[in-house]
Parts: sequence; structure tokens; C-alpha cells
Amino acid sequence: MKKTLTKLGVRPESIKRAAIAMYEAEINAVIHGHGGMAVVTIFPDSVKIEIIDHGPGIPDVDQAMREGFSTAPDAAREMGFGAGMGLPNMRKHADNLEIDTKVGEGTKVTMYIKF
Amino acid sequence: MGKLHSVALNRDLCVGCTNCIKGCPTEAIRVREGKASIDEKRCIDCGECIRICPHHAKGAVTDQLPDLAKPHPGILYSVLIPPSFYAQFGTAVSRPMLIKALYSLGFDYVYEVALGAAASSLRTRELLEEKRRLAESLPPEEISTVFPMISSACPVVVRLIQMKFKALIPHLVPLDAPMEITARFARADIAAKNNLTPDKIINYFISPCPSKRSAALNPLGQKKSDVDFVLGMHEVYPAILNILEHMKENNGITSSLRDDRYADYNGIQWAAAGGEAQTLGTDKYMAVDGIHNVISILEEIENEHLSDIEFVEPSCCFGGCIGGPLAVANPFAARVRMRNVIRNAREEQENSPEKYLDPETMTPHLWDVPLPENNSMRLDEDIGTALGKYNKMEEILATLPGLDCGACGAPTCAALAEDIVQGNALETDCIIKLKEHIRKVAREINTLDL
Repeated sequence: MKKTLTKLGVRPESIKRAAIAMYEAEINAVIHGHGGMAVVTIFPDSVKIEIIDHGPGIPDVDQAMREGFSTAPDAAREMGFGAGMGLPNMRKHADNLEIDTKVGEGTKVTMYIKF
Repeated sequence: MGKLHSVALNRDLCVGCTNCIKGCPTEAIRVREGKASIDEKRCIDCGECIRICPHHAKGAVTDQLPDLAKPHPGILYSVLIPPSFYAQFGTAVSRPMLIKALYSLGFDYVYEVALGAAASSLRTRELLEEKRRLAESLPPEEISTVFPMISSACPVVVRLIQMKFKALIPHLVPLDAPMEITARFARADIAAKNNLTPDKIINYFISPCPSKRSAALNPLGQKKSDVDFVLGMHEVYPAILNILEHMKENNGITSSLRDDRYADYNGIQWAAAGGEAQTLGTDKYMAVDGIHNVISILEEIENEHLSDIEFVEPSCCFGGCIGGPLAVANPFAARVRMRNVIRNAREEQENSPEKYLDPETMTPHLWDVPLPENNSMRLDEDIGTALGKYNKMEEILATLPGLDCGACGAPTCAALAEDIVQGNALETDCIIKLKEHIRKVAREINTLDL
């Protein structure tokens, strides 16, 4: 995605925001959602990033949005993840963040980053 | 050849073999009509093509050694020697001998660029300290806006960042290069000693790479360079070797500068990869050499994965400047020699500190011209148009064989697709596509009922 946005001439600040938001969402999908799928749609004025997983879902979204709140397993924490900054970072870098989640079915994170 | 670059092609020697297009880190070379051509907007003067070309068709544009034997009243010539030069000769050749050899060549003054490097080390330490204080006031997730600092000593790295890693421009050490610091000092020093105006002093720099000549022609972060001419190390080497041969019986030389002002050993260290970082008083540093490794580390920094490191020293060439494309010595041998040179420099300085110039004497300048971004990688000025081109590119790419063979003259199938979209190539430049096309035409001819 970064390479493509660079080719398109998107400002480096916007690319950085998109890259960080996407990275955080991917890491979440890997740690909690047992992997998933990323769909990136580029518009002339923004980029839409959708990260879809079929993991356990998020029981309490408000709680998950709080800085420092984490349910990451020890194995993930040992590797330096799970600081509870994933969702807060996504909210910080994306202009719009939607979380569509159902316990037991999975989570779809949709983010828009304006250029 | 424009004024921007110092890597050039000798068309007579080029056989159109495509070796160079593959190694170019910015995809700046294409082979068209049997000859390579360099896109000046994309070239960062790294010299990879000079190294790779088996036919020696790629070379560096450098200036000629002046005729120093001719009387030149009212004008004084100085030569600035980078520390990497010391690693080009055997261990029997000492710094004083080399400096003497350069005087023998006819230069009026010799200055070690390590003088400017040592001064830059001191100033960079201060900048690092400022960054540290700034970082302390920031929340942890914003440290990555400050650290790591990135060395700007290698002009190739600076140009690469201007083109491909624009977000990292604020991370660069905003100081003029050791070559510039030394040249400015030399000009003022000689002018004062000889009661001349500064314009009567002509500074020559002996370069291990083409990029430093480009940096003298098009200074980075400053309006004007104090380096007037740049000589290729490989071109000065034979003359120096010749002089050294005749000096052999006289190798008791311990001092040769006009007035014993050798550079601090910290400045000498800069010649080898990681040498600059080692002078900064931090162990949170990373040295990375080789242009392709540099690219992957800059990506890591851009992804904010290296903010626990304070200083990154990227060198375009393996081993640092001693591995420059215009250096003569085998780069591995040069590493061993450089270690010797540094050890000797340190010992000599401890024994006779009075012979060494205090780095505080020189003042590195902060960049006063903002570094412009280089947008030559983008598809179009308008994002909407660029998107259209990108989609077209993807469509074309899907029909290309994906061999990345380079026979079309572009380094990869993706690069060919881009060239087609930009109107600089045709689909039938791809030989696989051409073959398909011919087969189809042949079939059609066969079915004609004549």
C-alpha cells in the first residue's frame, strides 16, 4: 500500500498515517483474529482500509478502545505487542474508524484516511 | 550530461546488455535502441552502475588535475583529502608521507577533510543532546518523530531520502558536509595567511565517489559550495603512487603539513562504515552499508520500528567511503588499512597533541536552504490522473509475462508497464509479447486464401 500511495504522489504525512493505522489493524487481526484479510481501496482524496478477521470478536468495544487495555496473550506480549495501544493508535491516525464485530464470528475494522 | 549529475554513459562502450538497469536502486536506467540512458531526475549518483557495467561504459564525471607547474601568480591551490584516501595505500605509507606527496604534486596547501568531520562530530553530539531533551518531553508513541537521527554525510543517502523517503527529511542531521566545512575553513585560512581575497583560493577535493562531485555542483542544504573542483580518487592515485615510489628512501617523514595541524582521529574514523556514529558518544547507534540495505533500513525507520535507536549512519557503499566506486584499493584490504590508520592516528595524537587542530576551531553550518522533495517517482501531479494511470498499469502488468528479464530495456515488468502508461515504451518492447504477436500474424497469413 505504501509503495502504491507513493507512486500516486500522496503526501508522506498521509502515507505514514495510513501505514501505521493499517499496521496496527493487521497486528490485531493476527494476534486476536487468527489472521485475516485486508482490502485497500484508493480514492483520489482518501484511502479506505478494511481488515477482516473471523476471530473471537470484541465483547466490549468501548473498553477495547481505552489506552492500555489489552487481552493479548503472553506470547504476543513477550514479542513486544499487546501494549493496549492498537485501537487507540488506529483512532488517532485514521480520520474515520468503524468497528463491526460480533462475538464468536469475527471483526471488521474499516478506516478512512484523507489525503 | 546536465549539471545535476556525475555519473555518465560512454555510448561507444555500451553494448545495451541491461546489467546496469537491474542494479539501479531508483530504476533510473533504461536501455533504448541498444544503448543505456540515465533519467537524470531519478539518478542519485550512487555509482552502482559504474560498479556493475562489465564494459566500463558507465563512469564518473570528474574534473582534471590543473597544471600546477605553470606559474599562477595571485592564485593559490589547495587540495582537500578525505580520510578514505589513507586506506588506498599500503600500511608502509603514513599520513605525513601522503600529505607530502600531495605537496609534491604542486598544491600550495593540503587540508585533511577529517578536520571538518571532527568538527561535525562535536556539533552532531550537541544536536543529539537537544533531540534527547525533546524526546523526554514527548509521549512514547511520538519519540519516532525525533529518533533516530540520520547521518547526512553520504550525499546518495540524502538524495534517496528526498526521493523515496520524504517523511524522513526532518530526521537528517542538518549540517553541511565535512568536505564543505573543511573547504570553507581552507579558503578563509589561506586568504588570511597570504593577504588574499577568498576568490583567489581554489579548492580541489579528492573524491571516492561521483556523488560528492554532484554535491559540490548542487549543494545540499546550502546555497553555494566552497569546493571548486572535484578530482576522482582513481585519477589522482597513479601520480601519487609514482611520487611515493621515489619517496621510499625518505620514509622517516613524521611531519609534512605546512604548520602541523593534523585532524583529530575522530574525523579520520568517518571513512569507514559506522565511524561517524562511533564518535557521537552513544551506543544506541546503527551503521548500515550498501545501498539496498540502506533502503530496507530507511523503510524500517519510516514504519517507526527503530525509534529506540538514536543515530543511524547509512552509507551507500559497502564498508563506507573506503568502498566508494572511485576508490582503488580492494574494499576489504581498505578496511584493514583503515583500522591501522585510525589506531596510528590515535597513538600519534596522544604522543604529540600539539600537532593537532582542535575541532572547536571550525564551525559547521546548519542547513539554511530547505531540502526540496524529489517527486520523480510519482505517476502524475494530480492524484486522480495518477490513479487512472495506476489502474492502467496494473492491467498491462497482468498481461506481461512476469519474468523481469530486462530484455525490453526496463528493469522489471512493472517498470515496463509504467513506461507504457507514461508513453515511453510499447507493449511489443516485451519480446515475449512480440513473439505472441508475430505468431498471431503468421497464423493469419497462413489462413489467407490466395
